[in-house]
Amino acid sequence: MKNLLKLTKISAFAACLMFVAYAEAEDKIVIDGSTTVGPISKAFADFYKENNGGVNITISESGSGNGVKSLMNGACDIANMSRFMKSSEFKACADKGIMPVAHVVAFDGLAVIVNPQNKVGALTLAQIADIYTGKITNWKQVGGDDAEIVVISRDTNSGTYETFNEVALKKQAITPKAEYVGSNGQARTRVNSTKNAIAYVGLGFVDNSVKALSVNGTLPSASSIVSGKYAISRPLFMFTNAYPKMGSRVYDFVTLHLTKEGREIVRELGYIPVCE
Amino acid sequence: MEIKNNKLIMDKSANALGALTQRLGRALLFSITAIPTLAIIFIIFFITREALPFFSDLKNVAEFFTGTNWRPSNDADPHFGALPIFYGTVMVTVGSCIVAVPLGILTAVCLSEIVSKKISRIFKPVVELLAAIPSVAFGFFALIVFAPLLQNHGGIVLFGAALACGIPLSLIISLPLGEWVSIKILKLKDESAHPWVCTAIFVPGCSLVCAAAAALLNVEISSGTNALNASVILAIMALPTIVSISQDAINSVGRDMREGSLALGATRFETIFKVVLPCAKSGIAVAVILGLMRVVGETMVVWMASGNSLKIPEPFYNVLEPVRTMTATIAGEMGEADQSTGSARYHVLFAMSFCLLVGGLILNAASQWVASDRLKAKKI
Repeated sequence: MKNLLKLTKISAFAACLMFVAYAEAEDKIVIDGSTTVGPISKAFADFYKENNGGVNITISESGSGNGVKSLMNGACDIANMSRFMKSSEFKACADKGIMPVAHVVAFDGLAVIVNPQNKVGALTLAQIADIYTGKITNWKQVGGDDAEIVVISRDTNSGTYETFNEVALKKQAITPKAEYVGSNGQARTRVNSTKNAIAYVGLGFVDNSVKALSVNGTLPSASSIVSGKYAISRPLFMFTNAYPKMGSRVYDFVTLHLTKEGREIVRELGYIPVCE
Repeated sequence: MEIKNNKLIMDKSANALGALTQRLGRALLFSITAIPTLAIIFIIFFITREALPFFSDLKNVAEFFTGTNWRPSNDADPHFGALPIFYGTVMVTVGSCIVAVPLGILTAVCLSEIVSKKISRIFKPVVELLAAIPSVAFGFFALIVFAPLLQNHGGIVLFGAALACGIPLSLIISLPLGEWVSIKILKLKDESAHPWVCTAIFVPGCSLVCAAAAALLNVEISSGTNALNASVILAIMALPTIVSISQDAINSVGRDMREGSLALGATRFETIFKVVLPCAKSGIAVAVILGLMRVVGETMVVWMASGNSLKIPEPFYNVLEPVRTMTATIAGEMGEADQSTGSARYHVLFAMSFCLLVGGLILNAASQWVASDRLKAKKI
């Protein structure tokens, strides 16, 4: 009898624990992935928390590739990605019983940036590709000063690299001379402090410390990207496991970009809202 | 009270219980001690297991060690030529040793032999404090302060560095060299002539240094994140290890050695360089090796400061070109290289970790060997 009582107590306690864990799962959104989509998630999270008390949103920025990994292992609810999922990643997810669903939350243009002191203000996409593949090595070949070009690329781990490599370089190999940096901010810092450097960053990272080049005669801007005139642009994704249940926290979160406030947040961060 | 109940006298059962608790205690302590060992064994096992699939293909191995084309992310046509990466690692390590070893040993000598105990008590903790600074802070410094400095005032920085290193170096070399020349080659009997010979060697040496420094004044550094930047920052990071351990080694040289040397009429300089340092040799060697291991294993600083370019510099000693090291490569490529997304790309990184691990084990074994008495036994 005593034992039975003990057992009941234990199971009641376990049930309590389970309930707490369940409640936590409901009120918690874990987000991981791209450093480019990260700022959008953060701003969305701040906005969402203000309007819905009691929700706990954790955001990590470990790169698009790591985002998929987290989603696949059930470590996050939303994977931020600055590129579409590769077929191999899709298959790996499916093998683990995860069904990734893409939500396009914004558009991003990759700006090609140089030091403000650089004379060059415009390049064609072909010239940019030639610089990155090592066919053009001196600024005077594209109308600038006689100085060697310091080519700076994002690390091959980043979605920014993959988009640039696909859209601008058509998957050609980058010159071995290129330097690699680990983040958009670091790329901007290097260009700001290096007179002859060239790099590419998400449009949201362009500020006064660097100069964005016009590509094929078009400067990167919201209107030129939405209209499709600007050559180097891409959609930004949030991936969820299956389409989130209507009215759930995750559903609210991944549809936030469609609301008026969501669009405003995206615009403020320098990205381009989808329904512009 | 009966004697039987006295706990001091153990009956058989108490004896057995005591033995059991003792055994249990020992077992517990042993298993706690075994945890780090098990961790090492597990790490070695895991890295080797993950690296083997890559090494099992001989074509891969040949390309890995001799190829210069590193493109593991290209799914259609991947290349795993890691030679530039190995070279970058060696270059940065050698570079930082050139900076850190003389600086560290001289600092240790100065702290333990030259300045007063009071000053040494202030400076040693300050040097050791360098070890407490997180490496990402060093990396940030390299990126934000040192790289732009090299780019904008590269010539002046190199000029100053060449003078600051070259003049003391030529002084240190010319003193024993001058003495050796005057005794062995010129066979001078008169000792008062020795300083003149030393000066005769020092002056041309010094002017050579000045000429080299002046030539460096015109160097323009196109990119501040390069092998030099990484080497210097890594050298600063290795300093606390080298200084602290070599100082301990120097301090452990007996007072009798020093006093004997001084009593025989040797100068302080001779005592330090001919008696104390040779005696502390093995300890200093251990210090250098441990410093070296710190440099080889460092990741964040090289990832931020070295430029991560996949090219062997031209010419091969050009420290002003960006290079990439093995640790930075692993850190930079790991995120995208999942087992499920690209297996060769994943295993090649473990192959690289395996090489690092082997290097680390060799260095570690070397330090153990140097530290053991074998070396001393051989000498006698």
